[in-house]
Order: sequence, then C-alpha cells, then structure tokens
Amino acid sequence: MLKISKSRLGELFDAVAAKQTLYIPTDREPGAAEYKKYESGMELTKELNTVRSAKDFFFPQTENLADFRIDGKNIEVRDIREECGDFVVFGVRACDARSFTILDKVFLCEPVDSFYKNRRDHGTVVTMACSRPAETCFCQTFGIDPTSPEGDAACFDDGESIFFKANTEKGQAFIDSIASLLEEGDTAKLDEVNAKTKEIMAKLPLAKLSTGNFGGDKLNEYFNSDKWAELSEACLGCGTCTFVCPTCQCYDIRDFNTGHGIKRFRCWDSCMYSDFTKMAHGNPRLTQLERFRQRFMHKLVYFPANNNGEFGCVGCGRCLAKCPISMNIVKVMKALEEK
Amino acid sequence: MNNDTLIPKIGVVTDIRQDTPDVKTFRVVAPEGGKVFEHMPGQCAMLSMPGVGEAMFSITSSPTNKEFMEFSIKKCGCLTEWLHAMEVGQQITIRGPYGNAFPVEGDLKGKDLLFIAGGIGLAPLRSVINYVRDNRANYGDVQVIYGSRSKDDLVDYKEIIDEWMADPNIRVDLTIDNPQEGWDGHVGFVPNYVKELAPSTSKTVLVCGPPIMIKFTLAGLKELGFTETQVYTTMELRMKCGVGKCGRCNIGNKYVCKDGPVFRFDQLGELPDEY
Repeated sequence: MLKISKSRLGELFDAVAAKQTLYIPTDREPGAAEYKKYESGMELTKELNTVRSAKDFFFPQTENLADFRIDGKNIEVRDIREECGDFVVFGVRACDARSFTILDKVFLCEPVDSFYKNRRDHGTVVTMACSRPAETCFCQTFGIDPTSPEGDAACFDDGESIFFKANTEKGQAFIDSIASLLEEGDTAKLDEVNAKTKEIMAKLPLAKLSTGNFGGDKLNEYFNSDKWAELSEACLGCGTCTFVCPTCQCYDIRDFNTGHGIKRFRCWDSCMYSDFTKMAHGNPRLTQLERFRQRFMHKLVYFPANNNGEFGCVGCGRCLAKCPISMNIVKVMKALEEK
Repeated sequence: MNNDTLIPKIGVVTDIRQDTPDVKTFRVVAPEGGKVFEHMPGQCAMLSMPGVGEAMFSITSSPTNKEFMEFSIKKCGCLTEWLHAMEVGQQITIRGPYGNAFPVEGDLKGKDLLFIAGGIGLAPLRSVINYVRDNRANYGDVQVIYGSRSKDDLVDYKEIIDEWMADPNIRVDLTIDNPQEGWDGHVGFVPNYVKELAPSTSKTVLVCGPPIMIKFTLAGLKELGFTETQVYTTMELRMKCGVGKCGRCNIGNKYVCKDGPVFRFDQLGELPDEY
C-alpha cells in the first residue's frame, strides 16, 4: 500500500492545497478540534473527532438559495448558484463518512437538491481510520468499521506512516495527484494496529448496543410507548443534539431584507424547537414530548422505514458528549427496548 | 446547473375576488401569459412574497382550466395578510406543483362521488369538482355537501349558485351553522347534515374542512355504513421545502408534502395520531 511518513504530512498537505482547497481537522483549542481551511504549517489534530460534524461541507449551516429584487409590483428572481470549486476534506472519521451517504439519500433523491449535489460533486472525502475509539463511540452498532472507513479515499495511521487506499475514482485521482510524495510500504504494523483497535472496540461500554429491536415495523409500538414522558421530561429543547448530529438535516427557509434586495437563506433547523411545526391554525407537536419523540422516531423508525432499513444515526457519540442534560439516543434505545 | 425546485418562478396576480369576509381568491398567470405549470386536482403550490414569507396553498382551479391557476386563501397569518392587501398586477413567486393528487384518473374513475366540505375546505375540492364536471362521462353520480358558518362564509358562492346548482348533472346541498336572514336553505353543522341526507354507501367520499368537522363527518359516515377505504381527505401541515427534505410535515414516516396531501382514511389510520 502507498504511504507517506507522518513527518512529511505537511509536504503532502501543501501539495494538495496548491491545487485545490483543503480542509483538515485541527485544534481550535486544546481538546476541541474543528475543520479549517488548510494553511501551510497547520497541524492535524490528535483528537479523535471534531466537535461539529463534517456535514457543513455539503450542507452548510446557512446558505443563500436565491436573491430577489423588488421594483414596484415586479419581482426579479436571481439564480445566484455557481459551480463550486474542487475541494478535499481530509481526516474524516468513518462515522462522519457514513453520514454523507445518509444525507445523500435525502438530498440526492428526486427532486435532487442542486445546492447539495454541487458540493458533493466537487468534494473529495479522504477518511482516516480510527485507532483510539472513545467510550461514547458506537458506530459498530450501525455496521460501521472504523478501521476501514468509507469515503473516496481512506487513510490508515500505523504510528509512523499514513497509508492510502482508494475507494472511488475520485479517491484514486486524489492519490494519483500526490503519488510523487508516496512510496510503497509494508502494512504488517498497520494490521497489528487494526487488530488492537478491534480489541478495544469489543470492550467499549456501548459495544453490545444493537439496532435489532428498531426499524420501520416498530412505528406504532414505539410511537405509543409510555417511556417518552420520562425520557423527554428534562429536555431543554436547546437543539444542541441536532446541530452536532452528522445526520440531522432539517432545514428552514427564511428571507432577509438587506436594504438592497431580499436574500433567501436556507439554515439548519431543529425538530426540537417549539415553532418547528407551528402554523397559523395550531401546532401538531405542542409539547417537548412530541418534539423529542419525533427526533428519535425519525432516526430509529421513520428513516429506516423509508430507506430499506438504514438507520439515521452513525454512532459518532457527539450527542452523548454534548447534551446539557445527558440525554441521548443510547438511553432512548435502551428505555424503549425495556418491555 | 439544472433547475432547482427551491428557486421559484414569477406569477402575476391578474384577478382578486373577495369570496368571504376573510377569504380571497387570487388568479395567477405566468408573466408571458398562461399557467406557470400544470397540476392535478389536490396538488399544491408554494406561494411567496420575498421578504414576507412563503407558504403552501392548494390549487383551487381545475387543471382543465388552461388559462390560469386560482388560489382561495384565508387571511390568518403574516403572508396571507400581505396577499390579502395586494392589488391586481402584483407579482408573487410560485413553485410546484407539490404532492400527490386525488386519484381522478385512477380509483375515482367510474365511481359515484360525494364531496363534503366545510368552510375554506372547499378550496382543494373545487379543483376536483370542476375537473369531474369537465370530464363528466368518466364519473357516476356527483353530490356536493358544503357548509359554512354563515351564508357570507360560503367560498365560491357565486360559482356554486350560477354553475354547479344550474348543472343538472350534479347535486349540491348547502348548509350554514346558524339561521340567517335571507337564507331559506338548510341550517345545521355539516356532519349532522350528512347523516340527515344519508347518502348511499356506494359512493366514494372526498372530505375537507376544519379538523373537528372532518372528525365528526368521518364518524357519521361510519354510522351510515361507509368504510375508511371509501373516504379520502387532504392534509395540511407546516412546510418549507415541499419535497420531503426539510423534515417538518411528516406524520410518522409519511411526508404530507410528498406522500400526501391526499390520504385515504385507512392509510391515515396506520400512521400516528400527530396532526
């Protein structure tokens, strides 16, 4: 397998960034990593994952959909879309890589969302295998192997070198573009690292968590469960879980008057918010119980019902780490399973 | 780049009709004339005034009308207040059509049809009724039971009197909630009137109106011997995208904007009671 010594990673980043925009996860402050546009000298984080997910690259928190000019009774619609430049996202973890294929099911089904597709077409996802999964990790529950991540190309760290493997044509083109920096390397040590990672995974606190009791056929059983009241009781409705979630994709469309015209924006929204479903004549989800239930029913029942059994969660563990009241999908799954 | 459904087209409002004290019907055409797009009865469109808001409305005109689309809109929020205040010649934005439709070319074909509407609930059914009138040979008996709070609140009253009631091929039964001077028709709530009229259970029913009216009407129909598989309705929930992606108009795993708005009651019965 082709590899590069970790001490030369900066050279590799410089070479990639010379041709297209490169984003890498780097430390914003100790213990908190985020994706940043690469500048020479920037170092790859040693954190397991970024605080925010990588969904921003394809589904940004805010984006301009269209502009309008109003002139008396007339309106001009301005299509402000432009072909996006090519970019590379380096160091995406297996969980976040899977989230892209989940978002694809929403945004690339008919009618295709051209804003999302534009970025997907021009972005190359280079993943990084995990070697130190955290206690909050449960990607294996959803059939994800963090030692062999998806994405256009996958990277593997054996401690001394980074190895590269292409998963798609786009990934092969990426590897070809940096081939002059790579050399053939022996993967014996890498195999040891992966075996060790799998040992750790088997011992993780959530290793036994299973989706066996969830899916599209559980709609009425779980919707009518008496567990929701207790589970949702302390929920603040802050929406943090939906914002850090790599698969949450609900959005709002709003207009902003700049004084020189109207800009229409799409922004992330949250089913946890009270006005999410509010209409002039009422609201079908009046209390936090209904909103809370919606989020988990969507991930564990509605999404698989509509997507051949695939769940709307990748087990990244961000909601476990970030919920201010320590509620999360794992607790919900365990509570619903109790008969 | 391909067209994106989220980027709207322009519609010109060429006629505004004050239907009731709080309902106006707006006629919309493309700037170059003609309809902005084709639709089937029951489908909806996103109308917007940029800077004010965007919302989903059912298309009340029949697709057999080749010149324009119409929207009957009740004044009840920011955008609808703005629309009610605008004048003829105003441009708005429009995108669609969205959602499924009443199966006028499918299960409804050849059937005896009973339309039951309350208040502004006539708006989506008017599209079907006029489609059926224009393709009369394809359907059996047609009966319309329509009620409102008062005579003044009957939407499309002029069209009902001048065209539907003058049409020997359809039967129209009107009712208002309370007695009123100048009204010698039936008085009483729609669900009770349906029970009084006791329509034949051979009919296929299309019902739309306020949730409470739909609930009691369905219960009354069941008492008369109708089954849920014979009754269609059309739903309304908050929407932003119109294509099942923004995530808010779902009832269970069904999106009202994409899988609806038209549902048969047996299909609705399989979904959670969250609407």
